[in-house]
Amino acid sequence: MKNISPRTIIILLVLFGSLLYVLPSFHIDVWPHKKINLGLDLQGGMHLVLEVEAEKAVESTIERMGNDLRREMKTNHIKFADLQRHAFQLHLKVLGNESIDKFNQVLDDEFQEFRIASRKQDGDQLSMILDLPESDVAEIKKKAAEQALETIRNRIDEFGVSEPDIRRQGERRILVQLPGVKDPRRAKDLIGKTALLEFKLVDDKHSVEEAIKGKTPLGTEILYQVVENRQTRRMSKTPYLVEKRTTLTGEYLTDARVNIDSQYNEPYVSIKFDKKGARLFERITESNVQRRLAIVLDNKIHSAPVIQERISGGEARITGSFTHEEAHDLAIVLRAGALPAPVHILEERTVGPSLGKDSIRKGIASMVIGGIMVIIFMVIYYRVAGLIADLALALNIILIAAGLAGFQATLTLPGIAGIILTIGMAVDANVLIFERIREELRVGKSPLAAVDAGYNKATLTILDANVTTLIAAVVLFQFGTGPVKGFAVTLCLGVIASLFTALIVSRQIFDSLLINRQLRSLSI
Amino acid sequence: MQFIQPDINIDFIGKRFIGFSISATLILISLLSLLLHGGPKYGIDFAGGTLIQIKFNNPTTVDTIKDALKPVGIIGASIQQYGETANNEYLVRADIAYKKLEGLSEKVEQALIQAVSDGSEIIDSGQSSEETTASSETSDPTPTTQTVSQELEAEQPEQKTLPAEVRRIEMVGPQVGKDLREKALLAMFFALLFITIYISGRFEFKWVVSAAMAGGLMGGVYLIKSVGISMPFLIVFALILAMILFWCLKLQYAMGAITALIHDVMITVGIFSIFDKEFTLPIIAALLTIIGYSLNDTIIVFDRIRENSRKLTRDTFDIVINNSINETLSRTILTSLTTLIVVLTLFLFGGGIIHDFSFAMIIGVLIGTYSSIFVASPILLLWRLHK
Repeated sequence: MKNISPRTIIILLVLFGSLLYVLPSFHIDVWPHKKINLGLDLQGGMHLVLEVEAEKAVESTIERMGNDLRREMKTNHIKFADLQRHAFQLHLKVLGNESIDKFNQVLDDEFQEFRIASRKQDGDQLSMILDLPESDVAEIKKKAAEQALETIRNRIDEFGVSEPDIRRQGERRILVQLPGVKDPRRAKDLIGKTALLEFKLVDDKHSVEEAIKGKTPLGTEILYQVVENRQTRRMSKTPYLVEKRTTLTGEYLTDARVNIDSQYNEPYVSIKFDKKGARLFERITESNVQRRLAIVLDNKIHSAPVIQERISGGEARITGSFTHEEAHDLAIVLRAGALPAPVHILEERTVGPSLGKDSIRKGIASMVIGGIMVIIFMVIYYRVAGLIADLALALNIILIAAGLAGFQATLTLPGIAGIILTIGMAVDANVLIFERIREELRVGKSPLAAVDAGYNKATLTILDANVTTLIAAVVLFQFGTGPVKGFAVTLCLGVIASLFTALIVSRQIFDSLLINRQLRSLSI
Repeated sequence: MQFIQPDINIDFIGKRFIGFSISATLILISLLSLLLHGGPKYGIDFAGGTLIQIKFNNPTTVDTIKDALKPVGIIGASIQQYGETANNEYLVRADIAYKKLEGLSEKVEQALIQAVSDGSEIIDSGQSSEETTASSETSDPTPTTQTVSQELEAEQPEQKTLPAEVRRIEMVGPQVGKDLREKALLAMFFALLFITIYISGRFEFKWVVSAAMAGGLMGGVYLIKSVGISMPFLIVFALILAMILFWCLKLQYAMGAITALIHDVMITVGIFSIFDKEFTLPIIAALLTIIGYSLNDTIIVFDRIRENSRKLTRDTFDIVINNSINETLSRTILTSLTTLIVVLTLFLFGGGIIHDFSFAMIIGVLIGTYSSIFVASPILLLWRLHK
């Protein structure tokens, strides 16, 4: 070829560029190093949508503020009764005029966050309902969702999953995608655990049996220790009567690690408190020697050792009949901190790695079979022109693959279906053009003129037809989640690629054949 | 090679009433089937529920699985053999909307694995059931747990003796299902409206009118949606309103195209309902692709009509339309053929998960091709004959 047209240069550049993007996916490591991302359905993995129960965060905030209020009133010798939380409200009664004055003072000075929902004075008795303004409630909810996201991210980072995708979805949903996760159940436990660690004193003065029958003494509650015997796989539940008041929580933790008990060769989790926590812990152990201190995780008792002596230094250990991984996971959740509110799973999709491999194999097999059949059909029907269309088709697939790698889009199983569909539709543009050329040839035009007229007339049609498909694909992309999105991406890429190959590439091949090679007749 | 002779001249327009009655019958059958089945059969994506695909190493029966599930509290689950019999693969679907689905899949998984391991003689049941509880493969090697993970790795080879493998778990809460359903309906509706704008703009230069109309409809749907009206009714109502507006505003090309699209989607949905197949997210993707594909076909015919009606001829509009359909017939048939080839290979070789997807596509390609000839184009004539 003596003169290389600018169009040829563009085509060669695009071809070269897309090859660069495609090669890394076939383990040939060249520059952009971008591989095609496989979706969870192809490589196996887990997709979770969690909902943060943000109301619980509001409730616990109000509960905490209620406790602060109670303490403050006690130190100021204010007489009060029935301080209780109902949903998002605090109800209480203040007794006596003197107390009411002092209470008003305390409320104004120390608790400006509270909004007074109702206030009724009946003689020397004041009934109050306190709550929080809507904006504060919304803020707490928002913070809870954000913090939950952050905590879950930390936990997963420590668990060790390559390329996890964790993001907010809407106001209080969290999307977690863990590609290639080996043990989905364990990962799920790790993510979903609230991991609220509390230390509560065991009430040994009253009998547990009585309490279970319904006579729970004031300020106490019944919690259970659940132990699974790993030989018999039987669960045993032991009730404990513990004080409701939490002496210490996991928020003072600085570290948690797995260690192996040298005596019994059993793993345990050793925890370390920060300075304030260490001081608290020391004070608790000092004043409660010979009592039992229950270690409570998410309202389940892990162990309740007897305090033998004052413990300073702020280190403690959580024992229990752990397996190695249970201890390991517990250490992770304790290090990453508790979720501000419980989460529950709204949606879960887990695909095992073997199914993913099956899907890829079958998807590619049908792509190859379908592709070859179309290629053969085109050659039989249009002969040389069919070959040109086949070339364009091959380039089309390379372009889609390059697009997937370049935009770091995710290839899913419906995505493969999208590519296969594009094979069928990409031929369409060429068919349109060829049919036009045949029409023009029938009128008696020369091959060159026929090609020219055919392209001119078909271009607008092809554009119209493809833009509408593109519209459907873009809407699909907007609404779609996961697999459907993957389908929309390949469809979009396919439409754009087929516009390029049909209108520019195959045109160029025709031109170079007819002009440069001086072909007299056209095999179409 | 040529399938369709260039001088072909079939009187499609003359036979349009045969076409209309075939379409009307098909739509009626679809509606009837939907009514009899109590609406479309939603998969767990839209209805919520739990789906577990499990592959056993040894042959099992549906009854064994059923018995194994009883203690877990799943009684109404549907259990299906999946793929070939030799694969021993089953799909378990519990569609009861559990208040809390959490932990359910684990329980089912464990119950199933235990059930088969108890029954099989090859595997020591005590040992294998223990493995299921400690189904650990790896552990990340943070410094503190290095010893732990090493020990675990040593245990790994035994893993292969697991009597069954859970290959897929899908769990969708009822709220998410409802959200997805509404989103899917909205997506189809919006796609149709955007397409309307494009067609009216490109073929009749009525960009502004159609954009205003579509914008009004979208805004209206959004407003009413926030009131909390049932989504399917809202969309059906909006579509009927859209058709009336097309008629009044004389957006004939848009009307032809959209009628054909609704026709295609309805019949595909109807056939799905007749075969008792489930609607899942990929099926919605298939429906949208059918919309795109059928439209592609319709637009190519419309394009020819537009081109031919600009030529100076003494032909009446129905002859112009008929000629245009005939001129593009060769292309219509060819493209449908190549698309059918690939969709058929997908159907035959693509594996279970996209089986229904390709089934929908096969129906869609066939109906879409038919509708661009017998539905979309003849509708253009409605206005001319009334004048």
